[in-house]
Amino acid sequence: MTLDQLQVGQSARVVGYLNDDEALLQRILEMGVNRGITVKLVRVAPLGDPLEVSLRGYQLSVRRSEAKLIQVEPA
Amino acid sequence: MSGATTETVDLETRQQAGDVPRPVVALVGNPNTGKTTLFNALTGLRQHTGNYPGVTVEKTVGVMRLDDGPMPAVELHDLPGTYSLAARSPDEIVVADVLLGQQRGSRLPDAVLVVVDAANLERNLFLVTQVIECGRPVVVALNMIDLAESRGVQIDAPALGEQLGCAVVPIVASKRRGLAELKAAVAAAVGDAVPREPAPIPLPEPVEAAIRSLQSFFSRRMEQLTRPVHRVEAMRVLIDRGGQAERRMLDIFGAELAEQLATLRASLASADVQLVVVEPETRYGRIGLIAERCIRRDDAEPRVTLSDRLDALLIHPASGSLIFLLLMAVVFQSIFVWARPLMDLIGVGQSALGGWIAGWPWLGEGAIKSLLVDGVIAGVGAVVVFVPQIVILFGFIAVLEDCGYMSRAAFLMDRLLSRCGLSGRSFVPMLSSFACAVPGIMAARVIENRRDRLTTILVAPLMSCSARLPVYVLLIGAIVVPQDRHWLGGTVSLAGLTLLAMYLLGIVVAVPVAWLLKRTLLRGPTPPFVMEMPTFKWPSLRVVGFRMYDRGKAFLVRAGTIIFAVTIVVWGLLYYPHPASIAAKYDQQKEAAAQTLAGDALADEQTRLDHEMQGDYLRQSALGRTGRFIAPAVAPLGWDWKIASAALASFPAREIVVSTMGVIYNLGSDTDEHSPELGATMKAQVHAEGSLAGQKVYTPLVAVGIMVFFALCAQCASTLAIIKRETASWRWPAFTFVYMTVLAYLATLAVYQGGRLLGLG
Ligand SMILES: Nc1nc2c(ncn2[C@@H]2O[C@H](COP(=O)(O)OP(=O)(O)OP(=O)(O)O)[C@@H](O)[C@H]2O)c(=O)[nH]1
Repeated sequence: MTLDQLQVGQSARVVGYLNDDEALLQRILEMGVNRGITVKLVRVAPLGDPLEVSLRGYQLSVRRSEAKLIQVEPA
Repeated sequence: MSGATTETVDLETRQQAGDVPRPVVALVGNPNTGKTTLFNALTGLRQHTGNYPGVTVEKTVGVMRLDDGPMPAVELHDLPGTYSLAARSPDEIVVADVLLGQQRGSRLPDAVLVVVDAANLERNLFLVTQVIECGRPVVVALNMIDLAESRGVQIDAPALGEQLGCAVVPIVASKRRGLAELKAAVAAAVGDAVPREPAPIPLPEPVEAAIRSLQSFFSRRMEQLTRPVHRVEAMRVLIDRGGQAERRMLDIFGAELAEQLATLRASLASADVQLVVVEPETRYGRIGLIAERCIRRDDAEPRVTLSDRLDALLIHPASGSLIFLLLMAVVFQSIFVWARPLMDLIGVGQSALGGWIAGWPWLGEGAIKSLLVDGVIAGVGAVVVFVPQIVILFGFIAVLEDCGYMSRAAFLMDRLLSRCGLSGRSFVPMLSSFACAVPGIMAARVIENRRDRLTTILVAPLMSCSARLPVYVLLIGAIVVPQDRHWLGGTVSLAGLTLLAMYLLGIVVAVPVAWLLKRTLLRGPTPPFVMEMPTFKWPSLRVVGFRMYDRGKAFLVRAGTIIFAVTIVVWGLLYYPHPASIAAKYDQQKEAAAQTLAGDALADEQTRLDHEMQGDYLRQSALGRTGRFIAPAVAPLGWDWKIASAALASFPAREIVVSTMGVIYNLGSDTDEHSPELGATMKAQVHAEGSLAGQKVYTPLVAVGIMVFFALCAQCASTLAIIKRETASWRWPAFTFVYMTVLAYLATLAVYQGGRLLGLG
């Protein structure tokens, strides 16, 4: 499954990426969303998008369309 | 005195004389790490800003004194905050270029100071590893250790320094802790005589081979490039497909390089290497090892912090929106209530000054006195009086920005903004534009996508900036809501609500404008929205205070220069031509009156004649003639030629309308009857001629129309100039000017004519 499909409060491990948009994927990877890392979906904005995830001890906001590039496995 | 000290003093004198250039230290770091705070703490107010040639990146340079050691002082260059050296735009590549010594307008730095957020070390180390590979001596400022400790994060700085191969100094920039140690480390790095051989984090061998082969491609063509290509640059060309480093090289080498790159990338792809993935994974892999050795976390289970609980409240659909609206209402309310006493004080001081100068016997009655009293004092004073409100508004924005609320607002608003083709990133530029469109438009630089950035730039001037505030305050206070009404113990007032409505107008109009732009001129795919959400914290008084001081000063400087100059020109256009024949005509009439009338009746008649004379002078002045010339065009808006003249005069800067009104009605009024309050004078104005003769000029409907006009019109030369600078073309400022002016006229027309149909006229 992909990062955008997590439930609020659910944690998961990053297992892979979809290289649909190279520049975008690079941005996300540089922010530390890498294979093996645990990410948690903290909350969803009131209008359903974007998402707030926590990883490596900080919070990151990404849109659903961007979270779709990250494949995860729930812990 | 020791020999070393004498030498230091000598070197300092020679540095100040410019004989010996000061060593250059570059300051880099992720956004939000306290870079600006550290820069200010290290340089004090000894700093100046400029621009790197050819790009729209601000160059801030300060002098940092080193307390001991042979180096008396170094130049500190503050670079834009960035997460990575991978550049997607000409602006983003400046950081890498400065670090490699190939940026025009900058020398190769003698050392690099990297600021990192200790509470968020892993992500910050990504940039650190990239910077170290640029090959300059590096000092890491481990900032915000107070925050890290309060979250139970312990960092072993010496071990970290050993792992990275550079000095690591723990500091708290906001409390100026650790600065002496930091300066000593910088001095040591600058004095590092031995050039360092950096040990880069090795990428997988096929990638390294490709980088080497690119480097040799470039070194075989040195004559076309005139500079060697560093490993870091070759790496960026290879990895960032479509990025700035590649584009720049393709401009020089064309198809030859394109072919070479295609071959290299194809062979990497066939070896199953994903270029964009490999660099971050390798770096973070190494960072993971470093973190294991140097970071200790007290508790495995992250605590629920106050910040988390605040977030639950502030990002909640219902409570979040309510708090947002409430916050905005309080801001506008306080602008009226808190600033009032100060404004009154300035007003009193101004009329006292005017009266005192008018009383100078040697000034005479001619043009000089009029220039000083009616032009300079009345004009500039009318603008200066708004300084308290502007300072309060900037204070609020600074608090919201500094505590981290702005990122939440961007998060809340992203969906809405992306509906009309913008993104959450546009939110901060737009909100800053409520203070002033110029910093707002500059803040749009954080938007990577060109079309999004342009759309944001084009609608940002629609936000009600602080220069509109004087116009609103004047008209609301005097005409629209002269008797203010309060509810809820004074927290809500009609004047405050009206002001809020004027601010909302800009937003409401910006939505369809942005929507249209994104569907016509600036059509394209939606760009990304990957953004850090900083934790909430108490705003720093120092930061907020500095921002208020800085903005207040900038406004005063503007009032003292541009507004002052335009006010004098406007005064001249209103005063000249000033033929003596008019005065002579009225002198004759006065004499005639003196023969037939006496006592009070005579005094009244003389006052009436004086008014008429002033009116005649105004009418045939240069600006008055122009105003009357365009009067037919603005008559459907309910304006007379005086309003038209004032609106015309305020195209260079809209707040000038207030000073122009001051000049118009001061010139046109008898000095004995001179009211210190411009608003009261305006309120008393009646139409002298035409179908409306005898009726009030400033009905509430007309005043609302004027406010709508000023809310939407492009009356700001600085904004147009900054759009020109940021877009590097005259097309966009011209477009902005035309669309906003047309929009303003049509909207004012709709308000006035619509209002009359509804019987409000
Ligand atoms: N607790 C704590 N706060 C700090 C420290 N240093 C800076 N801050 C605060 O962090 C906030 C951000 O600081 P800035 O200096 O504006 O950060 P910056 O890196 O320049 O951020 P950008 O302007 O967004 O690039 C400010 O509110 C500072 O007061 C520190 O050592 N400890």
